[in-house]
Amino acid sequence: MTSQIIIDPPEDGHFRNGLAANGSTPSPTTLSLHLTINGQTHALDIEPRVTLLDALRERLHLTGTKKGCDQGQCGACTVHVDGERVLACLTMAAQVEGRSITTIEGLADEDGTLHAVQAAFLEHDAFQCGYCTPGQIMSAVACIREGHAGSDEEIREYMAGNLCRCGAYPNIVAAVRQAAQELRS
Amino acid sequence: MRDFSYFRADNIEAARNAAALPGAMLLAGGTTLVDLAKCGVAEPATVIDISHIEGLNAIDASADRALIGALAKMSHVADNAEVKSFFPAVSEALWQAASAQLRNMATIGGNLMQRTRCPYFRDPANFPACNKREPGSGCSAIGGVTRGHAVLGVSEACIATYPGDLAVALVAFDAEVDLGERKLKVEDFFLAPGATAEQEHDIRPGEVITAIEIPGSAAARRSTYMKVRDRQSYEFAAASAAVGLELEGDGRTIRDIRVALGGVATKPWRARAVEDALKGKALDEATIREASELAMEGAVDHGANHYKIALAPRVIARAILKLGETA
Repeated sequence: MTSQIIIDPPEDGHFRNGLAANGSTPSPTTLSLHLTINGQTHALDIEPRVTLLDALRERLHLTGTKKGCDQGQCGACTVHVDGERVLACLTMAAQVEGRSITTIEGLADEDGTLHAVQAAFLEHDAFQCGYCTPGQIMSAVACIREGHAGSDEEIREYMAGNLCRCGAYPNIVAAVRQAAQELRS
Repeated sequence: MRDFSYFRADNIEAARNAAALPGAMLLAGGTTLVDLAKCGVAEPATVIDISHIEGLNAIDASADRALIGALAKMSHVADNAEVKSFFPAVSEALWQAASAQLRNMATIGGNLMQRTRCPYFRDPANFPACNKREPGSGCSAIGGVTRGHAVLGVSEACIATYPGDLAVALVAFDAEVDLGERKLKVEDFFLAPGATAEQEHDIRPGEVITAIEIPGSAAARRSTYMKVRDRQSYEFAAASAAVGLELEGDGRTIRDIRVALGGVATKPWRARAVEDALKGKALDEATIREASELAMEGAVDHGANHYKIALAPRVIARAILKLGETA
């Protein structure tokens, strides 16, 4: 999609979604987007109201990112946009065109070697049902990178946006603490 | 969520033009708009994505003032070294709000436009009566479950609590919001419900927040944000206080003090009666506790939120006493 500068808004107040500036004119209810996810570019034709979470799961079949509450309260859908953790359920897919998106599928090395946070979650048994785990791990990777994993208290505060209804919190904190130490050394 | 047309504005002028259109809403971080669109509360015909506009996210802070671009992220402002040094209450209000993920998304301008968390406002399917959504339709909260509702600044039309933290600190330190053609005190930018609960902000069609400016002061430099809530993190305030303190050279007489409240009022609430009662007085606990009670003059509860009238003065007093212990 080619974005354009609005100088003369349409008289009826409704912009046409197609933005025909690049010559191709999608239907008024469809956006043609290119999203960069885990280093790969994906072309998508979607309605404007589609969230990044639904685009990942329903269109690109990257189902590692979980849908929990779907209203920004549980953290299960945490992904990285330009290296920062955000909630995919409150992010419009159209909004992150041109940004670099990382999901849980993009965390391990290409040879399958797990990220230090993934390995620490396994070692500390930092989950029970596992549904919140991709979000916990994506959040923890960013938490450590931000420098907000300096103590158990700080880990608890800065991981507070990821709920675990199984109550694996002590083990999650232990896993984040260990991974932070490993990644610092 | 109802579908909408999507448009990306590349500059502020484009955003202003688009914002003037009927049914248009601005999208910055999305944490309020997308959430409310999913609830069926926000039904924009057109979403104007302003998040790609460049040059609106600068954070320029010093002892003299902080100038923060509207698109600066809450997390970046909270972690800014100068903001922490010269405006600690602002940093603390930010990092105690929401979660790390939401703070990475939400912008400073968008934060000022945050809507209430009143559960009746957020549930149009089950509660059609809401003067904020539909002027004249009534208020489902009055006579309902009111534990989280406001006790200050309420009216017969609306008792919804202003939920934010940042704006409480901004109001305490006389910050201004830049709307392009106009600059307003943040305190005046927020409107108590009165008979027009649907109007929460003094912002007109075509206006876009471009920045906030916080004047520096000794009180801002020695300040804190104290937030009391039902759980330790990731929760809205039951009551909160942004407090700043400047002492005379004797180290115990109050020269300047700022007090603003969150979680208990319909807008970010400056407690001037408390400030006036404490200026020139000695910093001792009994004086502070007595003065803090003045914040609740005119408070009106609706049953389950009665506890806020007792809680808020204690939060104010604790925050002042905590500041008194710091050098």
